[in-house]
Amino acid sequence: MVNDSELCEIILQYVKDEYLDEDDDTQIGPDSPLISSGIVDSFSMVSLKTFLERKYKISIPDAKATPEAFDSVNKIVALMKEFF
Amino acid sequence: MAYADKIREAYRKELADIRTAGLFKEERFIHSPQAAEITVEFPSGAPQQAVINLCANNYLGLSSHPEVIRAAHEGLDSRGYGMSSVRFICGTQEIHKELERKLANFLRLDDAILYAACFDANGGVFEPFILTDQDVIIADRLVHASLVDGIRLSKALQESYKHNDMKHLERKLEEFQDKRIRLIVTDGVFSMDGDVAPLDVICALAEKYDAMVLLDDSHATGFMGRTGRGTHEMRGVLGKIDLITTTLGKGLGGASGGCVSGRAELVELCRQRARPYLFSNAIPPVVVAAANKVLELVSSTTERRDKLERNTLYWRKALTEAGLDIKAGESPIVPVMLYNAKLSQDVARDLYKEGIYVVGFFFPVVPKGAARIRTQLSASHETAHLDKAAAAFKKVGEKYGILGLKKDQIIAKFGA
Repeated sequence: MVNDSELCEIILQYVKDEYLDEDDDTQIGPDSPLISSGIVDSFSMVSLKTFLERKYKISIPDAKATPEAFDSVNKIVALMKEFF
Repeated sequence: MAYADKIREAYRKELADIRTAGLFKEERFIHSPQAAEITVEFPSGAPQQAVINLCANNYLGLSSHPEVIRAAHEGLDSRGYGMSSVRFICGTQEIHKELERKLANFLRLDDAILYAACFDANGGVFEPFILTDQDVIIADRLVHASLVDGIRLSKALQESYKHNDMKHLERKLEEFQDKRIRLIVTDGVFSMDGDVAPLDVICALAEKYDAMVLLDDSHATGFMGRTGRGTHEMRGVLGKIDLITTTLGKGLGGASGGCVSGRAELVELCRQRARPYLFSNAIPPVVVAAANKVLELVSSTTERRDKLERNTLYWRKALTEAGLDIKAGESPIVPVMLYNAKLSQDVARDLYKEGIYVVGFFFPVVPKGAARIRTQLSASHETAHLDKAAAAFKKVGEKYGILGLKKDQIIAKFGA
């Protein structure tokens, strides 16, 4: 079982690596809006979903993988816990 | 009554919310054929105004070309108005097959299949041969909405890479070597930025990591590349792309219709399984006949794509000299960057008053803080049109004090 803070850190790092350019100094925390702020768009969100599914060998149904459920790192952590 | 008052109210509220958010789209009525100069009524009920059109996809100026119109008339007279059928029941005339052959020849690919729109081509292109989660689709993050919808409909694993970032694409290809099929998906010319995909690098990566490549060349077919075949010609990878989707609704006459062209087996699988092909009416003969003429025109001379290229260079130089901040590039899509959403709307409105028809784009159509006016060139533009438009941009730019300013300075002045 992965603990929350470890999971939070892994997702946060992934978001920074995947969605911010090297010269982008946007500060992102666990509650920062990701999709509603435009940092992650609804299509490129698929990378994050695929990453989580492959890393943790889970399957997140499309009905659950909504832009709202993926709108912050903490919300994603809460969603993930349903599938562990 | 099924359409109860509370349902009606809910929908009305949704529409009101769209208006409040400033995202309500309104059509502008055009009272003339599509051309470099058009007559527009905007807003609805306002007096008609003659304007120079800088926002059509009429890249080759063929939308109202006399030879194309004549071919359409002949098609209507000789083949009728509608087919009243999907293609595989009784909706295929020999002119449909002729057009498919001409498209495949022009694109230098094995075969082609027509669709009612390129949106349909893209929506149905993945399902026929990307079948399971043992396959992966790896798409540029800025591909067209129709490709996004098509990818979402497929059962494959879905991945994306940073826009035109080849290192990122390579990492994804490495990561998914365990999959049966890897399919890279990109636009040729990206519609909002006007930049061109590095297809030479993409094809080299596809070879190295055993992947197929799908290219949407809708904003390129007919004019990008030395003989106008598209961005695959421009980047020196003719014959190396597995699938090209493109449209008849932009450079190639601008009416409607699209196609998937590519490897013979893949096109045949689309003919057997693609739902928008199987369950949608055949393109009407009048459009097919005119498109056949368009293919003849673009295959017989490069005159129109050469003029478009000259116009593009002239326009980019004129805007740069006027002090506007434009996105660098090689395509006839030239975005004038304003960054602030309200500023993009204000500038577009003022340009309309000056007789220049352009549209401002802002989030969510483009990223936040990247609002712009997208200008598009046409072979039907004359130098006088471009001189007048550049002068108007300069005048309006002066009014808002943005001439000579770069991104940070415009954002400092107006906000992002």
